[in-house]
Amino acid sequence: MGKSTRLAFGETIAQLGEVNSNIVVLDADLSKSTMSSLFAKKFPERFFEMGIQEANMIGVSAGLALSGKIAYACSFACFITGRYDTIRISVAYTKANVRIIGTHAGIGIGEDGTTQMGLEDVSLMRSLPNFSVCQPCDEIETRELIKYSVEHNGPMYIRLTRQNVDKIFDDNYKFKFGKGVQLTDGNDAVIFATGALVAEAFKASNILKEKGYSLRVVNIHTIKPIDKEIIIKSAKECKLIFTAEDHNIIGGLGSAVAEVLSENYPAKIIRIGLPDVFGESGTPEALYKKYGFDAESLASRIETQLKQS
Amino acid sequence: MYTHNQLQQIANELRIDIIKAISRAKSGHPGGSLSAIDILVYLFFNEIKRTKENALDPDRHRFVLSKGHGVPALYAILARIGLISYEELMNLRVLGSRTQGHPSYLDLPYVEASTGSLGQGLSVAIGMALTAKIDKKSYRVYCMTGDGETQEGQIWEAILSAPKFNLDNLCVILDYNKSQIDGFTKDVMDLEPLKAKLEAFKWNVLEIDGHNFAEIENAFNIAREANGKPTYIIAHTIKGKGVSFMEDNVEWHGKAPNEKETELALQELQKLLVKNG
Ligand SMILES: Cc1ncc(C[n+]2csc(CCOP(=O)(O)OP(=O)(O)O)c2C)c(N)n1
Repeated sequence: MGKSTRLAFGETIAQLGEVNSNIVVLDADLSKSTMSSLFAKKFPERFFEMGIQEANMIGVSAGLALSGKIAYACSFACFITGRYDTIRISVAYTKANVRIIGTHAGIGIGEDGTTQMGLEDVSLMRSLPNFSVCQPCDEIETRELIKYSVEHNGPMYIRLTRQNVDKIFDDNYKFKFGKGVQLTDGNDAVIFATGALVAEAFKASNILKEKGYSLRVVNIHTIKPIDKEIIIKSAKECKLIFTAEDHNIIGGLGSAVAEVLSENYPAKIIRIGLPDVFGESGTPEALYKKYGFDAESLASRIETQLKQS
Repeated sequence: MYTHNQLQQIANELRIDIIKAISRAKSGHPGGSLSAIDILVYLFFNEIKRTKENALDPDRHRFVLSKGHGVPALYAILARIGLISYEELMNLRVLGSRTQGHPSYLDLPYVEASTGSLGQGLSVAIGMALTAKIDKKSYRVYCMTGDGETQEGQIWEAILSAPKFNLDNLCVILDYNKSQIDGFTKDVMDLEPLKAKLEAFKWNVLEIDGHNFAEIENAFNIAREANGKPTYIIAHTIKGKGVSFMEDNVEWHGKAPNEKETELALQELQKLLVKNG
């Protein structure tokens, strides 16, 4: 098991603070959970503890950004994207260099249940003009994405996990903003996955390989702007098309892929995500099983479809 | 009416249930549940007098737990009243249980509102108090908030709005345990001088020791008499109250005790029972 992507974020931003003195970090009483505490410890004068005030934190971040700073505003994905209108006007409309860091995304957070789960955040942030939306799949990709984010011009939403996720990449990995990454070869089916489900899809491809099927896994770390090229190409080359994300089935990666295909290469796609319901309490493992997000469930769902096709 | 000694005994018994439930769930929020339990026990047993019979009566007094993470305290009370079973209490946070990690109104209507994103419950309580006024009903609405939660802008919008509607049927209880997740409230984002702020916002403001049943009783009595104004009770409490190693220790905000810690906590709480009983 690798690290959680929130931990990789905290470690990386604390390192980057040394090389770029324009970086400022804000948190809303969750610094020990978002791991922004690692930055706070090293750079107390550039860290702002805002208390439980997410809307104020976003507005202050916009002000910091509009006067020359690169602001990382951190909280759980649900609370921070929940301050939507403030994000919309103070950050998006203004093109402020604010990086909204939403941790504890998805049902993968487990027992705390629905009120703490970011389940609609991608949908919300994707619909804001000027915003980019990224979700790294492992610690290495997170590190590279955060490094990239310092240079990026414009607002970004970065979605991270609470739970540990398998390492997919090695140290030589080069992150390319806006580009999907093909992880396995295959033509029977393609699965476009993001975040924690990339590792599950990768394991599913191994399960299917044993059964004689080849699954192409494509990691979509940048959900907006999305990599149309890799989506269209994979759709053309594979018999079946799936998407997988720990997010509501409406408005997230599945919708983004559907938009691309319907306009460029109409094809049937099967979206895997939360079926337009709220989450619930349970262990992360039990929840992943119940909602069909674990490798075994993904593999058996894909196999069933392959047998029918 | 229960005597203060009886209430103290019940509260300490429920402290045991809270620790057991969180320990079994291996996650949850002991600190803010233990600080709130004395007030909640008084409220449910002597003030709103919740029973199985009146639990869903349209004229019942309402209670909204705005600091939703303190819900183990509320579940412990609901189990004591018999609205949920002891097994359900011990199934806290288990897949498929009604005792969700944060209050879920549709799963368990006895919790009155879905809460757990902080800062929202007080507005919901205001809506309920307004309904009582429109419908000329005599039920009262109680709402418990946390001190960290009070940093939320929406709380201050609610505090600004309630006096406008003369909601003397509304009573807020602040579980002022002085700490949140990132540290002590005074360091994270200080609320003080709180009483002066609330009075400036036109509330009837009381300040009590939230672990003293005589003071709790007195405050609720005064709140019931308040004419034309909503009442805000600043209840000074101790986070983790009753378990020495949890008291005033920020670490115990949202962490379950392991087996050994659970045993230690239960031993301490058992002693409180004997002393009282
Ligand atoms: C809007 C929102 N932001 C952040 C959180 C995460 N969170 C849960 S409890 C908590 C601290 C609450 O402190 P306080 O209100 O003082 O509660 P208590 O000390 O009584 O437990 C935080 C920040 C949340 N639940 N909701």
